[in-house]
Amino acid sequence: MLTILFDGIAYGMVLFVLACGLSITLGLMNFVNLAHGVFAMVGGYVTAILMNRLGVPFLLTLPFAFLVPAALGLVMERTLYQRLYARNHLDQVLFTIGLVFMAIAAVDYVMGSQPQLIQLPSWLRGRVDVFGVQVGLYRSFIIAVCSVLVVALQLILTRTRFGSQLRAAVDDPRVARGLGINTALVFAVTFAFGSGLAGLGGALGAEILGLDPTFPLKFLIYFMIVVTVGGTSSLTGPFFASLLLGIADVAGKYYVPSLGAFVIYTVMIVVLVFRPQGLFVKAR
Amino acid sequence: MPGTPTEIATRHLAETSRWKPLEFAFWLVAFGAIWLLPSHHLILNEIIITALFAMSLDLILGYAGIASLGHAAFFGFGAYFAGIFAIRVIGDPLTGLILATLASGALGFITSFLVLRGVDLARLMVTLGVALVLGEIANKMTWLTGGADGLQGVMMGPVLGLFEFDLYGRTAYVYSLVVTFLLFLLARRIVVSPFGLSLRTIRDNPLRARAIGIPVNRRLIAVYTLAAAYAGAAGALLAQTTQFVSLDVIALHRSADVLLMLVIGGTGYLYGGFAGAIVFKVLQDVISNWTPQYWTFWIGLILVILVLIGRERMNHRVAVLWARLRGKPEPRPRTIVGGH
Repeated sequence: MLTILFDGIAYGMVLFVLACGLSITLGLMNFVNLAHGVFAMVGGYVTAILMNRLGVPFLLTLPFAFLVPAALGLVMERTLYQRLYARNHLDQVLFTIGLVFMAIAAVDYVMGSQPQLIQLPSWLRGRVDVFGVQVGLYRSFIIAVCSVLVVALQLILTRTRFGSQLRAAVDDPRVARGLGINTALVFAVTFAFGSGLAGLGGALGAEILGLDPTFPLKFLIYFMIVVTVGGTSSLTGPFFASLLLGIADVAGKYYVPSLGAFVIYTVMIVVLVFRPQGLFVKAR
Repeated sequence: MPGTPTEIATRHLAETSRWKPLEFAFWLVAFGAIWLLPSHHLILNEIIITALFAMSLDLILGYAGIASLGHAAFFGFGAYFAGIFAIRVIGDPLTGLILATLASGALGFITSFLVLRGVDLARLMVTLGVALVLGEIANKMTWLTGGADGLQGVMMGPVLGLFEFDLYGRTAYVYSLVVTFLLFLLARRIVVSPFGLSLRTIRDNPLRARAIGIPVNRRLIAVYTLAAAYAGAAGALLAQTTQFVSLDVIALHRSADVLLMLVIGGTGYLYGGFAGAIVFKVLQDVISNWTPQYWTFWIGLILVILVLIGRERMNHRVAVLWARLRGKPEPRPRTIVGGH
């Protein structure tokens, strides 16, 4: 019981790290980026390649799993994405789905369609018994890393100058621009950072979620659930939404495997019907 | 041309609803293919069914402005309904088709209330969610749908008790073509009617539409139901003519593909679905012959380029070119039309 809760929390934490970049781009520029999972996949593959082909230790690959997708995100944002900010949602959806298709086929071409395995270092493998509860070491590691990330993100957002600029741009881009905030720069940096986080999430989650070329499509729906259920105006909304989703998914698969993913989809529809702006959004 | 505003409006409406020569040509070719392309009936059947499916999406996207990421929900529902009906009740195609269409329409009616609640993104997610839930149900109810193995053992009787389905797909193509043509006639009548015009008003500006007294929600529910019924009919045709249903009919990529076809063909004039389906199927055929495993890459690239150039602008350019060829005044881009 507690083990399931624990696994669910670890799963939810990974989902949050994966999806929080998306919630910021969606909230800030009202841009529907269905290709967000591509950056997560890139991060996962960076780790897999570095470890399996070059023999780099797992922990050392993580910075690269952040930096490579972040750089890619920055380039894509400047060259492609920024042209689409003014378009309607349908155009954005079509464009980013096109990117997803291309990424899936390209990764399939370069790396093959088989799932990538990541060999964890020995000190992260296995389980220990804590007060009678079976706790996976790797999952504890994930929870620790993600908790640090969550706290750091929250601090950046609330305590730094950049954070207040970002929040100002989220609340009202026009006024923010009028006050001399370079919203384009703020957005480019945020987009890159969000992509990097997605990459980190992809690397951390490769062991739990699995990693193959269809990753962006398979987990797209999870990201979108986190973002739509959590709302896009803060980080706490998506955070609780991911924890909820993670626990519900793990518990659902354990207790009622016959229902499959049915539960979370239904929950999403119900939430969207009654709270179209998300579960944790204060009415404006 | 002089006249009172009512007369001008009536004349304008009559003019836009009149059949154009190109339309006659299109249907002549489609029916002519029954005799002219006897060896391609199987692929033609697939194309015409896909075109009907794309046309059903055009009804809500092109005319009412509802973007859907889960339109395959109704296509799949219609396909499963027709398949299961043929196995469990009776193998008569027409009865199955009509019932599947009505059932999909009913499903569309029920889910339309969910879709109406949100706007934009929430709407996309709700349509997607409905399709995912239905797909999950089809996957899990193995005793009824066959689950991941697909629905096997569909045996269809002859159409109207006269025409047996043959191996070469001739009956299948004629059957699908006639059904599609009849449904097209109905759809064409509907979109030029006052009802269809009110839909376009809602698409262009829901606020103003409400202000001039159009019951926005009721119109949207009606057209969503209609589109669901059409998609269900397309699904039923596929199930009956291929005599097999798999989870593929309801998958996410089918919703995405149909959206792509409609975007290639252009929205809001009913033929977009037909043009898109033909281009898409031919492209799929050519590219997958050339590089079987990676054809989604090129489809993705087409999509990206299409959006970067701008869908509206490209449709407009084609319209301008077409008008120039025929020596007529250039049409205005659609975005400016609102002023009149």
